[in-house]
Amino acid sequence: MAGAREIRTKIKSVNNTKKVTKALEMVSASKIRKAQDQMARTRPYTQMMKQVAGHIAKANPEYTHPFMVERDEVKNVGFVIVSTDRGLCGGLNTNLFKKVLAPMREYEMEKGAKVSIVTIGQKANQFFQRLGGNIVAHKSHLGETPQLADVIGVVKTMLDAYREGQMDRVYLVYNDFVNTMTQTPQVEQLLPLPPDHDEQVHRGWDYIYEPDANVVLDDVLVRYIEVLVYQATVENLASEHAARMIAMKAASDNANELIDDLTLAYNKARQAAITQELSEIVGGAAAV
Amino acid sequence: MATLTCNIVSAQEELYSGVAKMVVASGEMGELGIMPRHTPLITRLKPGQVRVVQEDDEEEFLYISGGLMEVQPHVVTILADTAIRAGDLDEAAALAAKEEAERTLADKEVGMDYAKAQAELAEAVAQLAALERLRKAVKRSR
Repeated sequence: MAGAREIRTKIKSVNNTKKVTKALEMVSASKIRKAQDQMARTRPYTQMMKQVAGHIAKANPEYTHPFMVERDEVKNVGFVIVSTDRGLCGGLNTNLFKKVLAPMREYEMEKGAKVSIVTIGQKANQFFQRLGGNIVAHKSHLGETPQLADVIGVVKTMLDAYREGQMDRVYLVYNDFVNTMTQTPQVEQLLPLPPDHDEQVHRGWDYIYEPDANVVLDDVLVRYIEVLVYQATVENLASEHAARMIAMKAASDNANELIDDLTLAYNKARQAAITQELSEIVGGAAAV
Repeated sequence: MATLTCNIVSAQEELYSGVAKMVVASGEMGELGIMPRHTPLITRLKPGQVRVVQEDDEEEFLYISGGLMEVQPHVVTILADTAIRAGDLDEAAALAAKEEAERTLADKEVGMDYAKAQAELAEAVAQLAALERLRKAVKRSR
């Protein structure tokens, strides 16, 4: 019965693993909804911000904000990379890093630009740190409900670097939550702000500004960029839970298959032992 | 009687949305009472109270920690900040983010090893693909 007992311990251990993966799957399934709600809640704010920023920019063509001017020479490029804090979420982070590595390499190797990195989330930090990337700011452990206040620090570091010319262009890298099955890695230009293609020019009226247009525009743009980064973190969080749910579901399924196979092997071993014992008894009886 | 639509949103949630007769907020340059058909206006808001006088003369009070108010003749939009914003506070947060990066970066040679990065990622992706194939193969054989 030695074989059978070993198999039984193995079944038990696979069963324990299955319990863990099943639990992780269910936890993520419930968290997806929360993250999606959070995604939806930021939308009105973002839209309003965009609208207001667009209007001010169009109503004051004589004043162009540095955040909106494309620089002639791109010598320094920044990447804001949003990743997860924890693993066990399939190829989510791997695919994201793979996607961002191509433009990074292109800037550094072919265009001779310097690349600096801002990381949000443990995984990006670990990865780029290990590879010797120039990480200028980092924030992690945002938890299940990231706050806008959490990203202010990294965004400010990045904006200061941009103002001082230490970055000429900034990309935002995150996983876009399409639906539970699909998350696509995104590399979007954050700064300078891509021009709005809405050609509707509001002439004829303008706001009264308090204190004045430049100050207000600066405020609006800083907040707009903050909220874009914030939205990326929320989007990434939803992607993380979705990816983890799928990965853990696959793991649970695998565990089930393994248990089926092992159970079959166990029954066979048990049967073989019984048969052997019987034949020994019969053989013994015949000998007497 | 004329009314206006009032929306108060923060980056994390919608705080108020409804029809109002008047909206009172503390702008950076003084208290502002906005009635319908106000001239378009944009102002920064100080941390403080926002009072919305609703159609039935009920008053709604909200506290916001600063933000921006956009006024159109029939729409008032308040983009509220979710945290108290002050230059030195933001600066502290920025410093913390930098320190965090430096702490993890302490003893590292500069210069990113792209070849290594690509090799690692390729390996990880290959592993994932192999797992996927294996799963499918196992399923088919059943």
